[in-house]
Amino acid sequence: MVQDLQALDSHRKEFKNESWWGIRAAKSLLAPREQEELEDLPNDYPSSTSEDEGDSGGERKHQKLLEAISSLDGKNRRKLAERSEASLKVSEFTVSSKGSGERLVLSDLLEPVKTSSSLATVKKQLNRVISKKTVELPLNKEEVERIHREVAFNKTSQALSKWDPIVQKNRQAEQLVFPLIKEQSAFAPMEHVLNAWKARTPLEQEIFNLLCKNKQPVTDPLLTPVEKASLKAMSLEMAKMRRAELQRARTLQSYYEARARREKKIKSKKYHRVLKKGKAKNSLKEFEKLRKTNPAAALEELEKLEKARMMERMSLKHQNSGKWAKSKAVMAKYDLEARQAMQDQLARNKELTQKVQVASESEEEEGGEEEVDLLVPDAVNEAHMTADGPNPWMVRNHSDDAKEAEIQKDSEQLPEPMANEASESEEEERPVAEEEILLKEFKESQLLRKMSGLNQDTKPVGRQETEDSSTQEVLSKLRGLSQKLNKDNHQCRKQNMGSVRTVLSTQREGPAGEEEEPLLLQRPERAQTLEELKELSKEGCFQNEELPRPALEGQQVERNNQPSAPKKKRKEQMIDLQNILTTKSPSMKSSAVPTIEELEDEQERKQKQMIKEAFAGDDVIRDFLKEKRETVEASKPNDVDLTLPGWGEWGGVGLKPSAKKRRRFLIKAPEGPPRKDKNLPNVIINEKRNIHAAAHQVRVLPYPFTHHQQFERTIQTPIGSTWNTQRASQKLTTPKVVTKPGHIIKPIKAEDVGYRSSSRSDLSVIQRNPKQLSIHHKKQLKKN
Amino acid sequence: MKVKMLSRNPDNYVRETKLDLQRVPRNYDPTLHPFEVPREYVRALNATKLERVFAKPFLASLDGHRDGVNCLAKHPKSLATVLSGACDGEVRIWNLTKRNCIRTIQAHEGFVRGICTRFCGSSFFTVGDDKTVKQWKMDGPGFGEEEEPLHTILGKTVYTGIDHHWKEGIFATCGQQVDIWDEQKTSPICSMTWGFDSISSVKFNPIETFLLGSCASDRNIVLYDMRQATPLKKVILDMRTNTICWNPMEAFIFTAANEDYNLYTFDMRALDTPVMVHMDHVSAVLDVDYSPTGKEFVSASFDKSIRIFPVDKSRSREVYHTKRMQHVICVKWTSDSKYIMCGSDEMNIRLWKANASEKLGVLTSREKTAKDYNQKLKEKFQYHPHIKRIARHRHLPKSIYSQIQEQRIMKEARRRKEVNRLKHSKPGSVPIVSEKKKHVVAVVK
Repeated sequence: MVQDLQALDSHRKEFKNESWWGIRAAKSLLAPREQEELEDLPNDYPSSTSEDEGDSGGERKHQKLLEAISSLDGKNRRKLAERSEASLKVSEFTVSSKGSGERLVLSDLLEPVKTSSSLATVKKQLNRVISKKTVELPLNKEEVERIHREVAFNKTSQALSKWDPIVQKNRQAEQLVFPLIKEQSAFAPMEHVLNAWKARTPLEQEIFNLLCKNKQPVTDPLLTPVEKASLKAMSLEMAKMRRAELQRARTLQSYYEARARREKKIKSKKYHRVLKKGKAKNSLKEFEKLRKTNPAAALEELEKLEKARMMERMSLKHQNSGKWAKSKAVMAKYDLEARQAMQDQLARNKELTQKVQVASESEEEEGGEEEVDLLVPDAVNEAHMTADGPNPWMVRNHSDDAKEAEIQKDSEQLPEPMANEASESEEEERPVAEEEILLKEFKESQLLRKMSGLNQDTKPVGRQETEDSSTQEVLSKLRGLSQKLNKDNHQCRKQNMGSVRTVLSTQREGPAGEEEEPLLLQRPERAQTLEELKELSKEGCFQNEELPRPALEGQQVERNNQPSAPKKKRKEQMIDLQNILTTKSPSMKSSAVPTIEELEDEQERKQKQMIKEAFAGDDVIRDFLKEKRETVEASKPNDVDLTLPGWGEWGGVGLKPSAKKRRRFLIKAPEGPPRKDKNLPNVIINEKRNIHAAAHQVRVLPYPFTHHQQFERTIQTPIGSTWNTQRASQKLTTPKVVTKPGHIIKPIKAEDVGYRSSSRSDLSVIQRNPKQLSIHHKKQLKKN
Repeated sequence: MKVKMLSRNPDNYVRETKLDLQRVPRNYDPTLHPFEVPREYVRALNATKLERVFAKPFLASLDGHRDGVNCLAKHPKSLATVLSGACDGEVRIWNLTKRNCIRTIQAHEGFVRGICTRFCGSSFFTVGDDKTVKQWKMDGPGFGEEEEPLHTILGKTVYTGIDHHWKEGIFATCGQQVDIWDEQKTSPICSMTWGFDSISSVKFNPIETFLLGSCASDRNIVLYDMRQATPLKKVILDMRTNTICWNPMEAFIFTAANEDYNLYTFDMRALDTPVMVHMDHVSAVLDVDYSPTGKEFVSASFDKSIRIFPVDKSRSREVYHTKRMQHVICVKWTSDSKYIMCGSDEMNIRLWKANASEKLGVLTSREKTAKDYNQKLKEKFQYHPHIKRIARHRHLPKSIYSQIQEQRIMKEARRRKEVNRLKHSKPGSVPIVSEKKKHVVAVVK
């Protein structure tokens, strides 16, 4: 009970601290509060009776006290009356069974019978007040300020952190040029400057008056409206951009002009030839493309080409009418070369002016290739000329090949020994790659042959149609060789194995090439040679018939590797093939079935062997020992020989001072301290330190460097113009900070480095209400 | 018949004027130019020697004041104009090119404590011992006009320093507290205090213009934020700081000139450890000013000398003194970073070159390249003992020289004692404090 009362008291104290409204509410609601407290009492009561059975008198007194307190307020009685609990002590009219100290008070009678309805709402309000926590004591001023400061400091340092990258950049910059931002020179017309000016001194006023009298412009605009308009017409940036554009265009133009001039100047015939060829090639390519994409346009193009040819025909360009040609004609009598050149030109003229015939089938059959080859004057016309068969666009790209072929044709016409010679020489010129192609060609043809089977009678022209153009080219190249081989075969046949060959030839190819005419013969002949080869190999491996195919290939490769073997040797080789095969075959077998371990062992051994061989001459250890011996010898102090020849005895050429005298005047050098590396066999310690040099040497590694090599490198790279080009030395010697005399350097600005400076001025910020600031701080404080 | 001749393009060998050097084709084959390191070393040595030979930094002395020069101010727009305030209340405006005084104003009674120019250069402010703040026009009075201040503000207490905002019409004064004034108003728009001691100097941050720094006689440096109208942080050093100066290129860096002969460069975000302690002076440092490039600063000291420190070095690169120069009270680095001015006790303002051996005037391109090359060589070989010795050699007045010796001994003794204490005490019981941290007593939030 006492505790309850104390609690009540404390509540009251709290209420005092509340606002006036709170206090009032509390006052009005104090009574119900007490009521609540008392309500609990009966519940407590039974327990207390059971506990303190003994002193019932004290208990009674207590009860009385309670009742007295409760009777202080009239409402209690009503509450008590509502009690439904069965008890002796509590009657309906609050009359106890004892009946002691019960009195009717006037105030009881005056109480309204009904409970006021407003009480419940007030109670609610009170509950709310109670449930609310009390407001904490405000912090003292210093603490609040401290918190404000802390918040402000954090904010400011955050704002300052945006400068970090810029500061870092400037500190590490190779070069800083101040002022950082170049100031645009302010352009102010005179009248603006003079606006504020007024004549003050008597002298000034006098002059001013004079000027006014003469109607000189003093404050009038000095710029005419036209001038002003021109000033405003184009912004500076626009003008700059336009100028830059013009500049670029001009430089480009001059560049191209210069290039054209340069190219025009080039005298090299070869260059021009190459250029022409390149152009022709390009045009051809374009034409090809056009043909694929737009045949109509291609045809037009073709017509154009034709027209060009006609023009060529009509003009007398390549006849003997030019200046050059005339001069050559003069020389032609004496000079073979000049004559040759003239002939060439005439030939060219012939080529160009030759009327193109529409190629008939029969012609093609007879000598299509030859015709085509003859009709190839240059790369431009080629496209048109080489149009043959169902696909007129099949173009031979290399006019060189064509020419070669031409030569070959010519040579074929010549008697046999001549042809032989020509082919031989050609053979020698030919690189390895070509021969490889050749061999491939052989194989292909062989395959084709197999496919066609025994039906070898088909004309080569038909086959040509089926084959693609590339093979055609290669074929033309082959002719010389085939001829040669053919000849060889003849010899072979005659000498060695004519019978075998005939048998085989009858087996495989019915019509032997010899009977037919030379043009058509080519192909079969070549085939023959191939057959020959096979036969030869077969003969070679007559003993071991199951020769693996790779072996044959290997043999072929072997042949390839001899690029320009003379023809006579070739024959021997062909005969010796067997030998090659027999020597090769075991190695092939061994490589085919080796165990892995064996291989590895072998490799290791090989590796070691190789290393040994590589370093055969080096004996590092001996070298080192020798070096050490030398350094030790060099470091030893020398004896001093003070002998003077001729003193006390005879001197002269070929006379040496006596041994005795030498012994006497020889001052032996004292033994120096033992060397530091005396007991270190693997080390040479240099004991010489040049004191004079050391005075100029850096003793400790300077600060920014982390390794002595870094420092040495910086020292060893020269920066002067003696060792560097002008540009490089300029770059190497750029000063870190450059300032211009007479230019004011202003502090760095946020706008200059691309940051947005605070939009509000500092002044406007301070002039705001300081209370707002504090509220703002409070908010921040809460966040924290 | 055309005869072909060898011909050269005259552009390749003819010089434009006869003053030009002949064009010499060079062969850069390294075998033709051996011994590059020794040769460059010799060149560097010669360059260093020549630098010392030509080191004549003193340019002019501006005399006219009748008392010690107490404060200096630069004109923000004109390089030739300098303002100075003396201890007798006189303010003089000087023309540096003519080296004469162009205007004299008796501004205050007693000391002129502080002087600052408006950011636009149209007027300047002075504060004096007579408790007034006065605004003056930069141009002299017109014909028949009296020399009068534009505005005069009479305060309650003595103002000891003044600085103007870098962008707006605001200025700050210090005395008992830091006041921020609007130029249009006669009372401060904001007063900030922290503790009760006289504040000797206040400086606006030139980059983040709402920041201020001040130093008070109770050994502390206080930073303020003008916009939030509150102090930010306070650092207490061993001894009193006389003045501070903000780095004009690095917003958060400032340097404090301290009574304990040292200067401290702080990053304002981390005040507990200075970024660098600059020591070389042998007496209290009275003033400090940054070069506008932000790479160096100059300090004026009571030991009758001024020193130039690189920002990132703890030792000075240069010391200037003359026989007649007494205690240097104020120092300024001109806005083109070429010159230094210092005002001293004996009534003179002296003008110095910032680089002692620099050639003044326009340089030809050859001179310029030679200068750059020599500079680079000196830099490259600066660690070599001979070059280092020559480059560092300075003549000092006897007083300063002996003081340096004395202080070296004192410092050595202190260091020895510390080492001994460390050696003879339980490991960990005596903390090892770095030189930088030694001087900071506390940081107050």
